[in-house]
This record gives sequence, structure tokens and C-alpha cells, in this order.
Amino acid sequence: MKRIYVNEEYCIGCRLCEVHCLVQHSQSKKIIKAYKEEAPALMPRLVFEEDGPLSFAMPCRHCVDAPCLDACITGAMHRDHESEAVLCDEDKCVGCWMCVMACPYGAIQRSVIGHKAASKCDLCYGEEIPACVAHCPNEALTFEDRTPASEEAS
Amino acid sequence: MRHVIIGNSAAAVGAIEAIRQHDTENGITVISDEPHHTYSRPLVCHLLGELVTEDQMAYRPADFYDRHQVETMLGVRATGLDTQARTVALAGGGSVAYDRLLIATGGKPFVPPTPGVDLEGVFTFTTWEDARDINRYIEDQEVGSAMVIGGGLIGMKAIKALTARSIPVTLVELADRILSISFDRTASKLSEGILRRAGTEIYTGTTAKEIVGKDGRVDHAILQDGSKIPCDLVIVAIGVRPNLDLILPEPEKKTGIRVNRGIIVDEHMRTSAADVYAAGDCVETHDLLLGASRPIAIWPHATRQGHVAGSNMADVEKTYQGGFPMNSVDVGGVPTISVGLTDPRENPEEYEIMEKYDRDALTYRRLVLHHNRMVGAICVGDIDRAGIYTGLIRERVDVRPFKEHLLSGSFGLISLPKEYRKHMVVGDGIVV
Repeated sequence: MKRIYVNEEYCIGCRLCEVHCLVQHSQSKKIIKAYKEEAPALMPRLVFEEDGPLSFAMPCRHCVDAPCLDACITGAMHRDHESEAVLCDEDKCVGCWMCVMACPYGAIQRSVIGHKAASKCDLCYGEEIPACVAHCPNEALTFEDRTPASEEAS
Repeated sequence: MRHVIIGNSAAAVGAIEAIRQHDTENGITVISDEPHHTYSRPLVCHLLGELVTEDQMAYRPADFYDRHQVETMLGVRATGLDTQARTVALAGGGSVAYDRLLIATGGKPFVPPTPGVDLEGVFTFTTWEDARDINRYIEDQEVGSAMVIGGGLIGMKAIKALTARSIPVTLVELADRILSISFDRTASKLSEGILRRAGTEIYTGTTAKEIVGKDGRVDHAILQDGSKIPCDLVIVAIGVRPNLDLILPEPEKKTGIRVNRGIIVDEHMRTSAADVYAAGDCVETHDLLLGASRPIAIWPHATRQGHVAGSNMADVEKTYQGGFPMNSVDVGGVPTISVGLTDPRENPEEYEIMEKYDRDALTYRRLVLHHNRMVGAICVGDIDRAGIYTGLIRERVDVRPFKEHLLSGSFGLISLPKEYRKHMVVGDGIVV
């Protein structure tokens, strides 16, 4: 499957990935409205990390053998049959945070304003290229299929 | 060939999904004494607390069995096992023949022989039926107060549910602190403070020595020191044990299945009887941190073990390497996570403890290291990115290069050595 790959050496720390992730997942899909009216209930679905000159964005890896899928008590976390992405049905999620405990990437965040639910990358479901990748000015994020056929979840 | 699965929760579902990944031909039969479509047992606390509806209990979509071509026998109790004839006996007569069998019978709540536990109004709290029974009792008897016996994880869930129903709770815990198995003293005391502020009365170092009824129904409980606590409802939440009812007594003699505290399985989740597998809360497996075999009754392990069992049942080899305890629990509205060995009591001098306690924000983190490798973590209040600790524990990463960052506010993958981080960040995913 196609996944988002991260190249920290190319990341310039502009955080446009966060901005466009948030906008893409907003109701309005408009940057000002999204930030002024929908945030902070709305949050970027990737984790941005920065320490001095070093920075990178950390979206869900959509693991072949995903620990969050094992840990989810409600069945909200599931693998989409078509795209193979790991998605969270936020209506079904009760915010028990077992996935937060299980994800070794720390890529699942807590959305706690309003209905509590796990917040994670959905690869911008339905879009050809995820918004963070599309708006990364330096190709620090790429969207590629690098999985050897033998490792694909069958 | 027919796969038969006894049980219908995490391990069973993990197995069904794994079998159908590899085997779309052979039949699968699921036998469960509960009448429900597969549901989330951990959600029974949300159900009782009216935080989810009955519709939200389903662990898999309504078409799950159809899509996976599963024949269900729900509301049917398996009563015995003949590993020679390869049949499962059913309550009310009849039997089901298997070629490959998975025992996924889960856990069974432990109820102490306290006088009065058979009164009306005393419940255990693990199944959908328990939640319904308690709910009915609360409504019919206009329950005004409750006692929870046991300050472990099920106890926390019972308190959450009852508090959500505005029923004041008295918690009694035999140990000198609550959550004594998963937390250290500081986290336990912090949690007790949080619960007390949310209105829960807590007595530690004691338990109910008697539950006293009036007209056959719970009226009050008497603690070990003789004090009398009025309560209309009692939830016994002392813990669960592997449910071995199907094969007891003398399992090895009768079925060839070796049992210790739980069913003994190999890394393929095979029992000692031919073509009989077991997974979930009914088994004991390798504790990666203690290096010993024991039951670790948690949801993620059950799912994984079921998946491994299912793959092997479908002749695709997978192994289960073992696990360690971990849990994420709401304590009085505050999120907490505990992973691994959080409070080593044997040779404590071999362990290094790192702690960060913010008394104003009521957040606490404690990390336990053994020869520079993390073996345990507790997060109270601030649980974000706790999974990175879980990963470091599982991968036995030498933390020396970044030890001073482990408790920093900006701790993340960025704190890890470049090579390890790159392996994680660019990797396709991981295998647990």
C-alpha cells in the first residue's frame, strides 16, 4: 500500500503539514475558518516534533501488524479493506486510550474537546495525495508504495 | 475440515479474522454461552454508566459472521470436551465435531466466600448480562449507595459506571493502597486523592468481612474492624481467573490439556492436546519481563494470541513471543496508563527509578529501568505518547544515549538515537 514516508533531513520545520492536515479535516476546509472557529476542537492528525534544527512530522505508519488494532476495545480502530489504511471510527471510539498506550510511534493523539476520541492520520481518505504530503514544500513527506509484495498484509 | 471456537470475544474474533485471511474454504463454528453478537466486554462499564447505548456494544459490524462465513451457536454452553473423539459437548445434549479447536473461554470473576455474597444485590461485573442485571437492580430498588470490593482495574471501572449514574460509592481494598498491582505507591495515593475528590469513599487495608441483608437484599457491609457501611448494592471486583470450567476437573487426565494457573500453550498457542489451541484470558503465556509463564488477562494480548492461534489453525505459521501487563484506565476522570513492571519488589536495588510528579497539575510519570533498559512506566494525568515507552520496553532499547530526555516535556521520537528513529520513521510498520 501507499504510505507517508518521512525524511527528517529535508524537513525545514515550516509546519505546513500540520496546518493543511487540520484544514483538510475541518468542516469548512477553509484555513481561517478552520483555525478561528473549529480549532481547538480540531487538531492536526500528525505529531510534529522539533528540537533545534532537527524537525519532522510523524503521521501514523498504518503498520502491517498494527498494535493499536489489537489494543482497541471497541472495534473503532479498524483496517479499511480497500485502502489497507488503519482508520478510527471516531463515533464508535470511547476514548479509552488503549491505542495511545500501544502505539510505539506515539502517533495517536487524544481529542478531548467534545466527544473523546482517538485522533490519527487517515491518509486523507478519498484524496489522491494526503494534504500534508501535497503541501510539504521540500518533499520531507512523500507518499509512496515501498512495501515489498511479500510483506503486504494478505 | 471444521474449525471450532469456544468463546466469542477478543481472542475468538482475532482467530476468526486470521483463519479467514488464509482459509476461505473450511467451516468455522463459534460456540458461546452468551447470546450476543461479539461485543466489547471492557465496554460493560460504559454501558452501565449510560455512556454508550446497547447498539454501541458490538465489537465488530453486524455482518461480521456472514462476511467471515462463520456459523454461530450463541447462547449455547459448551459443557465438555472429548479430545479423543474430537467433539465438544453442549448443554442440553448434542455435540459438535472439530478438526481444529480453539478454547477462548476467557476469564471468570473470583468471588470470595464472604458471608452474604449470595444476597440479592451482590454482583460481579464483567459481562453484558452483569451490566443489565445491575442496571435493573439499580432501577427497581432505587439504589442510593454502593460498595465496590476491590480497588483494581475492574473496581475502577465499576466506580466510573456508578459515579456516572450519580450513585455514591464506597471502595474497599484489602491491600494498603488501590491499584497496587499496576501502580507504585505514589501513583496509587495520587489516584486515591483523585477518586476521593470525585466523591468516592475509600478504605484500604480492609475488606468486607460480611455483607448483611434485609429481606434477602443487601443492606450494609461490615468491614474487618467492625465498622458498618450502609449500601444498597455491592460489586465484587477482586479479579478474574482463567475460566477452565470446560475442562475441569482433572483436565490433563480427561483431555490431555496441561493446565497450570491457566491453560499451558506453546508459542503457536497450541495446548498439549492434538489440534487444540487456546488463547486469551484462559491461558498463561510467557511474561517477557519476568521471564516466567503466567496469565496476563488483557485485551490486546487476547486479540494477538487469537490471531496467532487462528493463523496456525489455518496452517500458516505464526508465533506469539509473549507479552507484559499494560492497561489504560480512567481513574475518577483522569487518564492513566501503566505498562510492564512498575513497582519491582524483588531485588529492588537492581532497578533505577525516574520520576516526575507535578502536585499542582496532578500529573505523574514514573519510569523503571533495569540495566539501562526500560521495564516499566506509569503515566497519570499526562499520558500522551506513552506508547513510545511501551515500544522501548518491548524492544529492550538501551536508553543511555537519551535517558535525560525520557521525562522531558518534549520527549518524543526526536529524543531517540538517529539510527533507531530512522528505522522507525521510515519503516513500513512494525511487528509486535
